[in-house]
Amino acid sequence: MHRFANPARFVRLARPLTAWFGWFGVALTTIALAGGLILTPPDYLQGDTVRIMYIHVPSAWLGMAGWGGIAAASFAQLVWRHPLAHVAARAVAVPGAVYAAICLVTGSIWGRPTWGTWWEWDGRLTSMLVLFFLYLAYIALAQAAGREEGGQRIAAIFGLVGAVNLPIIHFSVLWWRTLHQGESIGLTGSTIDDRILWPIPISLMGFSLIFVSVVLMRMRALLADAKVEARLRRMAAS
Amino acid sequence: MNAALNAWPFVLAAYAVAVSATLALLGASLAMLRRAERRADALDRQGKS
Repeated sequence: MHRFANPARFVRLARPLTAWFGWFGVALTTIALAGGLILTPPDYLQGDTVRIMYIHVPSAWLGMAGWGGIAAASFAQLVWRHPLAHVAARAVAVPGAVYAAICLVTGSIWGRPTWGTWWEWDGRLTSMLVLFFLYLAYIALAQAAGREEGGQRIAAIFGLVGAVNLPIIHFSVLWWRTLHQGESIGLTGSTIDDRILWPIPISLMGFSLIFVSVVLMRMRALLADAKVEARLRRMAAS
Repeated sequence: MNAALNAWPFVLAAYAVAVSATLALLGASLAMLRRAERRADALDRQGKS
């Protein structure tokens, strides 16, 4: 990890990867969404609304994985003072917030025909909404911190503390009686029929690659801004 | 599932939200990167001249 502590080396590696991840992600997502809309059969209970799963599941995964990334980067910043850690955490925050919002909106759209309501204050929905607000707070904190080390440390502590919400989201369907169904896709298997399931791994991979590409773009932009700022400061001092 | 409701408008609305938000995120991030790299390049050129 410390091999990439040098921003110039990181940018050299990130430049080709940004485009590769982006295009590959768009291609996989297109295949998954077209398959989910056209090729898969409707569910015997949910009917065609089951197709919303192909975007809702990846957005929920990215909303949560994004905060996992912020927490990991914050840990690296606080423990090893990795020079790119704060940049990485800042770069993840906006796409993470966007996917948390997509998860909430698509879940709400799915809930109306399935549960008969747009929103329910149950454990899963509420903890996901809390995650979205945590993202907004992190973005504001990191923005306010700028290049000041003390402010960046406060944002990192917030990033670590906020990770407490991740197991709450994950286990909410087990801990509380909720409208939201329990876990149907696990690491060892799934309760969903294969004819309906197959676009989900492709969609997860596609959206994840797009997410990584966006994070790399934002990291490169933040590093370029920092370079400009440092040079302007040197020019002003001389 | 409420039988009186046609599911397709909900499905298409959900897809429209996800696809347009993803495209907007990609576009905004690319614009942010281009702007930052242009500023850095301009300063590089200014430093060399």
